[in-house]
Amino acid sequence: MLQFLLRRALLAVLVCLTVLVVAFVLTRLSGDLAISIAGPQATAEDIATIRQNYGLDRPLVVQFFDWAAHAAQGDLGRSYLYHAPVAGLIADRLPITLTLGLSGLAIALLVAIPLGILAAMYEATFVDRAIGIVALIGQAMPSFWIGLVLIIVLGLKLQWLPISGVDTWEGYIMPAVVLAFSAIPALMRLTRAGMIDALASDYIRTARAKGLRPGRIVLKHALRNAAMPVVSVAAVQLGFMLGGSIVIEAVFALHGVGYLAWESISKNDFPVVQAVVLFLAVVYIGLTLLADMMNAVLDPRLRTA
Amino acid sequence: MKPVLEVANLRVSFASGTRAVRGISLAVQRGETHCLVGESGCGKSVSSLAIMNLLARGATRSADILRFHDTDLLKLTERQMAQLRGDKLAMIFQEPMTSLNPAYTIGSQMAEALTRHRRISRAKALDRAAELLERVGITAPGMRLAQYPHQLSGGLRQRVMIAMALMCDPELLIADEPTTALDVTVQAQILRLLQTLQRELGLALLLITHDLGIVARMAQRVSVMYAGEVVESASAEALFARPTHPYTRGLLECIPIPGASRRDAPLGSIPGVVPRIGPDFKGCGFRDRCAHAAPICAEMAPLQHAAPNHDYLCRLPPDWPEAAAA
Amino acid sequence: MSLRHFATGLGLLIVGIVLVAGLLAPYIAPHDPFAQDLMKRMIPPEWMDGGSALYPFGTDQLGRDYLSRLLYGARISLLIGTLAVVTSGLIGITLGILGGYFGGRVDDVVMFAITCRLSIPLILVALTVVAFVGSSLTVVVLTLGLLLWDRFAVVARTTTMQVRTLDYIAAAQAAGASRLHILTREVLPNILSHLVVVATLEMALAILLEAALSFLGLGVPPPLPSWGLMIAEGKDYMFFSPWVIMIPGIALFVLVLGINLLGDGLRDMLGTGRRV
Repeated sequence: MLQFLLRRALLAVLVCLTVLVVAFVLTRLSGDLAISIAGPQATAEDIATIRQNYGLDRPLVVQFFDWAAHAAQGDLGRSYLYHAPVAGLIADRLPITLTLGLSGLAIALLVAIPLGILAAMYEATFVDRAIGIVALIGQAMPSFWIGLVLIIVLGLKLQWLPISGVDTWEGYIMPAVVLAFSAIPALMRLTRAGMIDALASDYIRTARAKGLRPGRIVLKHALRNAAMPVVSVAAVQLGFMLGGSIVIEAVFALHGVGYLAWESISKNDFPVVQAVVLFLAVVYIGLTLLADMMNAVLDPRLRTA
Repeated sequence: MKPVLEVANLRVSFASGTRAVRGISLAVQRGETHCLVGESGCGKSVSSLAIMNLLARGATRSADILRFHDTDLLKLTERQMAQLRGDKLAMIFQEPMTSLNPAYTIGSQMAEALTRHRRISRAKALDRAAELLERVGITAPGMRLAQYPHQLSGGLRQRVMIAMALMCDPELLIADEPTTALDVTVQAQILRLLQTLQRELGLALLLITHDLGIVARMAQRVSVMYAGEVVESASAEALFARPTHPYTRGLLECIPIPGASRRDAPLGSIPGVVPRIGPDFKGCGFRDRCAHAAPICAEMAPLQHAAPNHDYLCRLPPDWPEAAAA
Repeated sequence: MSLRHFATGLGLLIVGIVLVAGLLAPYIAPHDPFAQDLMKRMIPPEWMDGGSALYPFGTDQLGRDYLSRLLYGARISLLIGTLAVVTSGLIGITLGILGGYFGGRVDDVVMFAITCRLSIPLILVALTVVAFVGSSLTVVVLTLGLLLWDRFAVVARTTTMQVRTLDYIAAAQAAGASRLHILTREVLPNILSHLVVVATLEMALAILLEAALSFLGLGVPPPLPSWGLMIAEGKDYMFFSPWVIMIPGIALFVLVLGINLLGDGLRDMLGTGRRV
């Protein structure tokens, strides 16, 4: 068990290093950053100044190791747009994105798990097929488009919810629901598959032979065993949702990390871009590690081995 | 004496059209071990699941009589049946390795069998569980209660399954191949345990097995099953002394039974496999493998009496090898 | 069963219609999709008040015929979906088969590549590439192709592992067949049915991602009529003329649903089960 976790930790470090390189290379894809930053009206002098200020006149290898060394200590550089440390910018915006991601995940789980259980209990019947088709429909809707439609219907026509911003908690409802949409089909299918396996197992027959009530059999005996893969995937989905919230934040004008990234990408604020890429990757890697540990806690066979 | 369990003309068919059980009848008395014996696929496990109403979806059962004491099990709703299951009617299964839930402790799984059916605290239920674990020969029961199934050997798990089935003092215990998955030495221990418990608790035991050695050792009464039918039913003594159905004779020739087989008799074998029985099947299910099959066997197999309480399902007369020779 | 067959048939029908519409766009589009007419801006669709039979789906904020743009947009969605799947399929299947067949160190490297790919935030990186390299159809296709290969690799890897142990592979090895021959002639055909199902899933994903990138202004460059771009351009007018986002949005939804229904049907027919 310990060896397994150590192996995973080593892998995580290697992945982080790779992402570090990817994030760096990405922002150098435009060729000369200084020219893009300076903009079309800049003189050669302006460009030279920028190049010097941002250290872009140094060889790429030197730039990379300088950035990597600082990043490893938590110093992600300075945004030239905001004239502030990138780490601080991300920290300021993080609460919004995190609230959005976590409430999105909660909504997704609240919808996906009951639907998955229902589909498994009525496997191969009309109920199962109907739920499967609802999942397909959900999967086919572009999230930014659902966002806009909800804004028109719930925000404008019915005026139930604010159409942008998060001054009150109601502002989170629509974006969180839209974000949840993308995660529901995968979580639903996984719950269904796990429940079908669990319900067909010998220990469920034992539970029925004990005369337990159907609710207890499904929720206690089957779900507990089906939940293990769902937990891993839920953690991974949260990672995807934090990354995907960029679209939702743009639609609902929420100034979270995604919005920051979008702005920075449009304005060539490369220190922010490479930092956000790295940050989201590290969060994702951390979440997969967390999922492994949670599974170890949930599964007594792993815990006591 | 009124039997604890009475079954008449029980039938089970699957959605695929396969008729897994084709009208079996049997009765189990208090304090009696009734063995349902047959090869795999003959419908004996399906019969036991049908009695407990634990059939998988897609399988349907019907019967003329399915009675536990005075309760007509056919008339019970699933909810009422669930109240009886695990209480007065208990069951243990063939696969001790997978029949316990890997996610919960032994104690938790045993306790809920009692708290489901009695108004009793969890702590009291755990006391009872520890008591029963000791009874089935498990040392340090307190420690075992806190353990998970994967920490126990197969033999221990089957003892746990037996103890769990006893939590509510059942009157009928159905044991479906309880020792098949276990080592030979462990098998013997589990069988001895079942015998002891049955004697001490006055259980009615319906023991399902494919092993005639177990039948010889455990049974007071035997029903031999083939292709979804009970082809011969008799007391254990009568069955081993005067097997009448060709299938029963074939089975007995396959296996040396201590005290029952002649020392110098060659071991036989039955060629062929159990046929799949569709909805239109007629006649004797054994005819394709039977050395004594006649054209009439494709039409019918009559129920005959070899002696009082000794029935068989075949065209041949009770004393057939001798009668045929004469 | 009937619901299943109906769903698959519906998927086939949808994809077929969109494909024909895209292919025949130059012949069936009533107008030039790029022709602006500032006198005829924001004409509502025919079935609404003020609509005109001349512009069945109305016009956009630059007076361009919406139906024509929608038909040409089908080409972009299908083109990007297909090319991105081909690119990502080549990468993913190659990696997956190599890892699954050779195992050991090779497999470690493949697994590492998959893990790295999964930890890279998809949309963010795609946006960055398009922004920093410059937006064009080619860039969008290549970016999506380079990012969407993970599921191909995972499925190719696991199915190859199962196929590898089968007798006919051993027979081919014993007969002295070259590795390349075994991989392309013996392994690939046997895992293809699984990969076809993955291809439909990835195509649907690529089309949705292109739309999202274009919506964020970092996908297909204007004035190309991408459905995502049409929604982005209509966003400012959606409060008064909701149809400007409804029409391309529904088109996008229906196409992706069709592809998914088709993929689901294929999964059943090819018996690939729950693995993908």
